[in-house]
Amino acid sequence: MVDRSMEPGFLLLEDGTLFRGRIRAGSAPRAAEVVFTTNMTGYQEVFTDPSYDGQIVVLTAPQIGNYGINQEDPESARPQIAGVVVRELSASHSNWRATGSLDAWLGEAQVPILTGVDTRRLTRHLRSDGVMRGVVMPGTDASDTARAALAACPAMEGLDLASRVSTRQPYTWGDPGAPRHVVAYDYGIKRNILRLFDSHGCRVTVVPATTPAEAVLERRPDGVFLSNGPGDPAAVAYAPRAVRAIARAGVPIFGICLGHQLIGLTFGGQTAKMPFGHHGGNHPVRELATGIVSITSQNHGFAVEGTADGIPGAPGLAVTHLNLNDGTVEGVRHRELPIFAVQYHPEAAPGPHDARPLFDVFLASMGATGRAGGSGRGALPEASEPSS
Amino acid sequence: MPRRTDLHRILLLGSGPIVIGQGAEFDYSGTQAAKALREEGFEVVLVNSNPATIMTDPEFAYRTYIEPVTPEFVELVIAREHPDALLPTMGGQTALNVALELADRGVLARHGVELIGANARAIRVAEDRALFSDAMRRIGLAVPVGGIAASYDEAEALLDRVGFPAIIRPSFTLGGTGGGVAYNRTEYEDVVRRGLDMSPTHQVLVEQSVLGWKEYELEVMRDHDDNVVIVCSIENIDPMGVHTGDSITVAPAMTLTDREYQRMRDAALAVIREIGVDAGGCNIQFAINPRDGTMLVIEMNPRVSRSSALASKATGYPIARIGAKLAVGYRLDEIANDITRTTPASFEPVLDYVVVKVPRFAFEKFAGADPRLTTQMKSVGESMAIGRTFKEAFQKGLRALESGRIGWVIGATPADDRLADDTVEALRGALRQPTPERVFQIKRAIMAGISLADLNEITAVDPWFLAEMQQLVDAEVWYAGLPAVEAHDGGTIRTMKQMGFSDRQLGDLRGEPEAVLRTRRWAADVRPAYKMVDTCAGEFPSATPYLYGSYDEESEAPRTGRRSVVILGSGPNRIGQGVEFDYCCVRAALALREQGFETIMINSNPETVSTDFDISDKLYFEPLTLEDVLEVIDREKPEGVIVQLGGQTPLKLTHGLAAAGIRILGTPPDAIDTAEDRRRFAMIADRLELHQPESGTATGPDEAAEIATRVGYPALLRPSYVLGGRAMQVVYDEPSLREYFARAVRASEERPVLIDRFLEDAFEADVDAIADGHQVVIGGVMQHIEDAGIHSGDSACVLPPYLIGERDLAIMRAQTVALAKALGVVGLINVQFAVKGGVVYVLEVNPRASRTIPFVSKAIGVPLAAVAARVMVGETLAEIGFTEEVVPPYVAVKEAVFPFSKFREFDPILGPEMRSTGEVMGISDSFGSAFAKAQLAADNGLPMEGAIFITVNDSDKSTVVPIARRFHEMDFRLFATEGTARYLRGRGIPAERVFKVHDGRPHAIDLIVNRDVQLLINTPLGKHAHRDDYSLRQAAIAHRVPYTTTLSAASAACDAILALRSRRPAVRSLQEWQALARGGADRPAAARPAAPFRPTPPDEQMAAVSP
Repeated sequence: MVDRSMEPGFLLLEDGTLFRGRIRAGSAPRAAEVVFTTNMTGYQEVFTDPSYDGQIVVLTAPQIGNYGINQEDPESARPQIAGVVVRELSASHSNWRATGSLDAWLGEAQVPILTGVDTRRLTRHLRSDGVMRGVVMPGTDASDTARAALAACPAMEGLDLASRVSTRQPYTWGDPGAPRHVVAYDYGIKRNILRLFDSHGCRVTVVPATTPAEAVLERRPDGVFLSNGPGDPAAVAYAPRAVRAIARAGVPIFGICLGHQLIGLTFGGQTAKMPFGHHGGNHPVRELATGIVSITSQNHGFAVEGTADGIPGAPGLAVTHLNLNDGTVEGVRHRELPIFAVQYHPEAAPGPHDARPLFDVFLASMGATGRAGGSGRGALPEASEPSS
Repeated sequence: MPRRTDLHRILLLGSGPIVIGQGAEFDYSGTQAAKALREEGFEVVLVNSNPATIMTDPEFAYRTYIEPVTPEFVELVIAREHPDALLPTMGGQTALNVALELADRGVLARHGVELIGANARAIRVAEDRALFSDAMRRIGLAVPVGGIAASYDEAEALLDRVGFPAIIRPSFTLGGTGGGVAYNRTEYEDVVRRGLDMSPTHQVLVEQSVLGWKEYELEVMRDHDDNVVIVCSIENIDPMGVHTGDSITVAPAMTLTDREYQRMRDAALAVIREIGVDAGGCNIQFAINPRDGTMLVIEMNPRVSRSSALASKATGYPIARIGAKLAVGYRLDEIANDITRTTPASFEPVLDYVVVKVPRFAFEKFAGADPRLTTQMKSVGESMAIGRTFKEAFQKGLRALESGRIGWVIGATPADDRLADDTVEALRGALRQPTPERVFQIKRAIMAGISLADLNEITAVDPWFLAEMQQLVDAEVWYAGLPAVEAHDGGTIRTMKQMGFSDRQLGDLRGEPEAVLRTRRWAADVRPAYKMVDTCAGEFPSATPYLYGSYDEESEAPRTGRRSVVILGSGPNRIGQGVEFDYCCVRAALALREQGFETIMINSNPETVSTDFDISDKLYFEPLTLEDVLEVIDREKPEGVIVQLGGQTPLKLTHGLAAAGIRILGTPPDAIDTAEDRRRFAMIADRLELHQPESGTATGPDEAAEIATRVGYPALLRPSYVLGGRAMQVVYDEPSLREYFARAVRASEERPVLIDRFLEDAFEADVDAIADGHQVVIGGVMQHIEDAGIHSGDSACVLPPYLIGERDLAIMRAQTVALAKALGVVGLINVQFAVKGGVVYVLEVNPRASRTIPFVSKAIGVPLAAVAARVMVGETLAEIGFTEEVVPPYVAVKEAVFPFSKFREFDPILGPEMRSTGEVMGISDSFGSAFAKAQLAADNGLPMEGAIFITVNDSDKSTVVPIARRFHEMDFRLFATEGTARYLRGRGIPAERVFKVHDGRPHAIDLIVNRDVQLLINTPLGKHAHRDDYSLRQAAIAHRVPYTTTLSAASAACDAILALRSRRPAVRSLQEWQALARGGADRPAAARPAAPFRPTPPDEQMAAVSP
């Protein structure tokens, strides 16, 4: 009954709260910011999403690992999270696409997974006291090792993690003969964004986070994309300069998540750390112009400050989308330039596909060559499935 | 768009009686809808024939019509009430079909009534298999290969494409009625012909079988502005081929990757848009090929359903309530999430727990019925359980089923698990065919070492679920083998409790009593934590204490310090314990809440109103076992517990609760015991000088035979402590008595068998009364239409009585009062009486709510269960203001509804064992007219003209004469078998002779098959029942010819036909009827209704039912 490969382990939060569970024997201590996600499916996508770099992720869904892991679903080359906390790690898996177990896959990547935790208690704690740092490691009680690891762990504010996860070298994705060319800044880009550009007839050049605007413009892109990514947007100081130059050149820009926050900062807005962020696949977002509500996939701990009336300090930006749960800014559009961005993830993976038509909107902003713009609805699943 | 202002009055249709496939879930949804519309200021006009529902209580609607849910009666209501709109999506298939029919007949257009929630086109496309397949093709989604057939020839032509096995589904029937799977041509012809018969449009869909594919459901909501959300995903453990109502199901889906889930979600959005449900919810079923992920759309229901009720309970997202608001114009983001109260309804719930639903069956009541689970639903109820893991929820769900299993445990014998013997071969064979016991066979298979791969191959149950089950078996083996010191360790106990093992299971594994285990567990402080169902996995604070227990760390149950009362619900619906007990619990919760108590409901039934989170102050969704209830009570420390309203389920816990020092509110536990204990009760009866049929108590066949000889045959046998007449039987001689002991019961010292002299041909009556410890007030006296010997739950009854003499009624009332006082009843009491030979006998006393409480409450206009709850917390009847019996100046008839069409192999006769699943009510100013309404509501269409076929046993021949004469006088043609025909002709009644089945042709069955007769009167009761009769009744059911198996019912039918022919039907609301009852309440309490309620001279009536 007792799995010998596991031993008692714990999560210690910086406020001293302790959560006991079981952990893979011999796991090294890992300290990082602890966040929870309410996605019920898509753990492999979550774990490989570079936006989760430097975070220990708590899954509120109680049983994780049920369908194993596969080769098609990762959003990057490897697990990006610092650690995982679950109520129960599934002892078996079943799915026709499965190629292995979650446990073995995380073990290979040396990502600790703490199981047997009252994750609801933990989630409620983070919800009421805000996200904080924590350490997962073997043992039963807070130790000096644990406290030392916590002390050594930097706070998320002021951290530029984008340059850490970004590609070192430019690379291309998609059909070289595709009609449009998008240059994508990689602050931690998810593969499904690339898959969707591909399926929308775009060839993508992915460039490092720190690439200067000139280098991008030299590539003569039809549009520039600012990706999602981890860390504090305010710390990505080099980005606004580049964005501003590209905007000035009149190139259409589309930002997602961190990319959205960077557009906010570029045009004079402020970002702030949220108490516990948005991490999940069920956030209702209203498009102000139409009233349409989309169920969106979200993963962010910082937000652009603003209201329906606008972004303080950024008169050039109009707020286009709001979160219906807490009223936070979910989308902006430049009043004159072909620039727009959303805080949520139209590429989903994991999460609902409601916002996918935004890719068509971006395409339309590059100049129509037959593809319909607008946030049309009822697009068929099969038609928009990425060819991975 | 906000609430529409152009609508004022909205017609809401209920689903009518509870039948298999259409159960209490529609009371839940209808009640929610009515409440949601009322709080928006609409005038709700409700039509529902089912009196046992909460929704039909007068305060839930502006006008409540307890009338048949048929196009004819609904049209009468429309003509009288002039509603602006009709909401057809809350009353199951019944309401949808009636709405469509009214639209097709032009009734809605003529009266300017708009269909809201789902339009006629959407209903038609969703329901018509051909239109549906076309629609799916248009949006690029695959459906199973197949086609529509309107005749057997057409169906045969489809076989080339479909092949065997083939799935056959009749159009427009509910719960897959009449459908099935065919593996060869013979079966194919049978199922197709049956399906054509049962479909109101005489169409069947024949489809490629996807047996063994994984089955999923999504619950979807859409508003006028095309915003769509998925409320819940449900995964069936039993794969395709077993009706989802009969499957063990899990929420959320456990084995889908996000990519697969989102593909299904995208498809669901496309489906609801294409079908065009423009403001409301729907349920969509999918099949997934486990080998390659191919996805098919199986069906879509554009209305709330059993699954939407389950999804609402599983997520905390009230689908029916939101659906009603969408129907009147709101957008999803304009409606609040009632659980968090801070976020809108335009979101998708996330679960941080696992929900398991387990169906409950009633095959033990239908000996000979085919127990194989197919595409036609056969279960009668369900339990739901919530845990933090599948393992925990699965075990809780199984023990919540109250089927005698304390979790996932195998039966004591192979036969208990529907196995011929305990060999692996028998097991492998049985596993291939789904039955209610398959889940236990799987456990035997794992224990026997059959590999999970093999099990998956044989059962097609997903390997993940099998592996979870394997872990439970492994845990048992581990725990059973531990040294005592380790087994007693708190950590070990917690590990086992986290996997959902009950104390009794753990005790059994190590040969220890449950109580010892519990004491040890408590000493180690291993207690459940109560967590909230909050729709958002803890992301937002929740304002609504909807709780479940789990062996986790943090309990969230709020402590308010208010005076609180725990109400124990009635658990899964079953035959004998249905929605009527839930009704009582809900009334109690509402009444005590109003009196300032904190009300705490414990129940495990997802279909019910009682498990709606806004009925009580706190809802614990937990199994109703002693262990689970004790834990909640320990946490809540209420002033007391109400056990007398939820039927046998809470009553059985009384001892254990009282022993634990918990205060039982109302009638003391000892009084409950006295009523159940034959010997103790006999002493009271003697003291009060009551007559009881001669009786005795036996623990074995010899003793029983001795007693039967003493009391005389026929004798009525039954086990003690049962509800619904489980295993109750009339025996006419010793051999059948001995057979009863061999087959039907395991008698023991603790569970003896009761033997009564059976009062053949007696009148029966039920009296419901209420007592506060000082005063006893009669709620109502109901006369049964059927004779003694038919279970009271299966008998039609009438209030006020119309054939029992004033003297006898007075005796019954006086004896009820005396019994209530002698027993010390505080709350409800039900007494059953029989009248034979001028003597009033007491048959049974139950100091608890009876299943007639909702019917009586409606008939007299007094909410008896609410009054009872208040009495139980100390108010007096005088304080409440209910001090006098109300005898209504109109007639209310209750009729039972049976599931015989689902169990075709079973002989559909009535007896002492209850078999009905639901009931309907007819109210009118005459008996005949009220009875006629009840028959129409029960779908027993009575003929206005034509021919009647009479075949009765010898002892009934004289009794049938006046009935036959009346039919003859109404110009009905009479057919009879030889003996009956000769007898009737001898008394001047022309009757044409028909051959018995074996005597020549055309015979009786030919007449029925050819629909040459419109009513069958066939009495089999008595020792000379014939096999012929059985096939006759089977034929009547198959060909939908109304039939009656008792002469009293035949006589009532005669009254009803007369009433139907003499005037046009009229409708009147319950509020109007009850105003009449209040007006008439100042008459003397014992006043009998005046003569007009007796359509025929009493003497002739008496003669008709009593020889």
